[in-house]
Amino acid sequence: MSSLATARKRAPYLRIGYIPLADAAALIIAVDKGFAAEEGLDVELVREVSWSNVRDRLNIGQFDAAHLLSPVAIASSLGLGHVRVPIVAPLNLGLNGNAITVTTALHRALAEHSDGDITDPKVSARALAAVVAERKRTGQDPLTFGMTFPYSMHNYQLRFWMASGGVDPDEDLRLVVLPPPFMVESIANGHVDAFCVGAPWNSVAVDLGIAHILHFGSEIIERAAEKVLAVRASWASENPDLVTKLIRAHARAASFIEDAANRDEACRIIAAPNRVGVAPDLIRRTLDGKLKASPDGSVRSSDRYLLIGRRGAARPDPVQAAWLYAQMVRWGQAPMSAELLAEAKAVFRPDLHDEVLGAPPAAPASEPVDGVGAFDGPAFDANDVAAHLEPWLIKRC
Amino acid sequence: MPNTTSDAPLKILVIDENPIRRAILESGLRDAGFENLTVLDDATGLLDRIYKVDPDVILIDLENPSRDVLEQMFQVSRIVRRPIAMFVDQSDRATIEAAIDAGVSAYIVDGLKKERVRPILEMTISRFSAFDRLRSELEETKSALKERKIIEKAKGILMKSRGLDEEAAYALLRRTAMSKGKRIVDIAESLVSTIDLLND
Repeated sequence: MSSLATARKRAPYLRIGYIPLADAAALIIAVDKGFAAEEGLDVELVREVSWSNVRDRLNIGQFDAAHLLSPVAIASSLGLGHVRVPIVAPLNLGLNGNAITVTTALHRALAEHSDGDITDPKVSARALAAVVAERKRTGQDPLTFGMTFPYSMHNYQLRFWMASGGVDPDEDLRLVVLPPPFMVESIANGHVDAFCVGAPWNSVAVDLGIAHILHFGSEIIERAAEKVLAVRASWASENPDLVTKLIRAHARAASFIEDAANRDEACRIIAAPNRVGVAPDLIRRTLDGKLKASPDGSVRSSDRYLLIGRRGAARPDPVQAAWLYAQMVRWGQAPMSAELLAEAKAVFRPDLHDEVLGAPPAAPASEPVDGVGAFDGPAFDANDVAAHLEPWLIKRC
Repeated sequence: MPNTTSDAPLKILVIDENPIRRAILESGLRDAGFENLTVLDDATGLLDRIYKVDPDVILIDLENPSRDVLEQMFQVSRIVRRPIAMFVDQSDRATIEAAIDAGVSAYIVDGLKKERVRPILEMTISRFSAFDRLRSELEETKSALKERKIIEKAKGILMKSRGLDEEAAYALLRRTAMSKGKRIVDIAESLVSTIDLLND
């Protein structure tokens, strides 16, 4: 090997941090199928153990880009709870991969207290309120729900759902952060009664026969931007060609993943021990949108589950950013201001996406008209966060 | 505000799953006079521990997934007695970068004077870096041992098959390596694996 080749190998062109989850799929495929290399990108994917690490290493420049919780990209740009570093997201990496999973005991309790079809989130949220009230009355410990990070779609989905049924997520139960790999263990040893986490962890818990998938995330929010490809705003403006190449490599990876003909190969690559590190079948169920929902083997399907490329999923939508900012305000994480709203929306950059891949045709009729599709409340108006917050009784603002 | 502006000794909580690094950091901090030290090897029941210890400074290694758990606790300040804020001062970016480079993250009680915290951070960063050097030296030693074993094996093969003495076998390996522009261990390794293949 020439010394130049050695030097290049030692100094990879781009270092991209990720957490081993199914929605890192497009990054993994872009690198391991060679789509990134064909764009002239030498990418090293660096597996991380916490979102805090991903955020910090991106912020200080140890990573050029990262698989990041979309609300963390916004929080970092607004300087919430941490050093302010402006971030931009030229791509969504995954929509609708989350699910709410509950222990068998809680599932039974919810079913007993339900006044209708428990797969309807309005019904299940009311049932949760009844279970919470009964536990209070009988002097039992409050329920504990796990999620992945304070600034996460998981947190906001859980809160939105519970609050709709009259459960105050800060007063009526415990909401705790758990790293995704610890979720299953925590539900197995009784540390939590439920969690909201991304694929494949819900399936892992169901496979162990200890839990039920209660809701797909898309039943709470029809279109939920959970993870983005995040880069520093300064890096994006200094390296427009690299951003372009990343977008192109990602687009090829996303269409490779969404083509069912490639499913076996895609699952094998994504599930590999040095990538997500699970059984390929778990990834397969996720990409097929067919999840075993109960230990008895019953399966629930959703064609909205884990959108990577289809339904225009990869194109960042500022409406989603506005909705996430509204949740930060609702739960006391951010003050309300027109300036912050504008800054939050500016994190999601459909213009960067469109410059490379062209502007999309009008949104398909299957997608929610307000761009969010929450199961409760009026349609969301991204220019009027106050109107979104006004009707809720349970809020911290 | 209690404690944070007075000269009471700072309470430090260290969370590190690696026993050797933990010991190195603990002795460093104690030697530097930071006696009020609680050291945890894992993050179970973290909230209770933080509540009890009531630390001014928390140090956690970056290999620990429970870092995300800590971050949430600082948001839920009603549970922890005093609000704990992260090191959010932009002017200390260099320190944050040095810490992350070294593999550790620090959380500091809001309002604590920087001059009081800096020596703790500096000690932590230097001890984490020292551990890193120790670890890579250990790996180098291990691979050096492995290389020596391979060379011994290759010498043995040459002595047996070509009837050479030890010195001549080594000289042959060295000559071959030089003429091919490779390291002796690489030549030895290919010889050993060739013989393994032929003997299979």
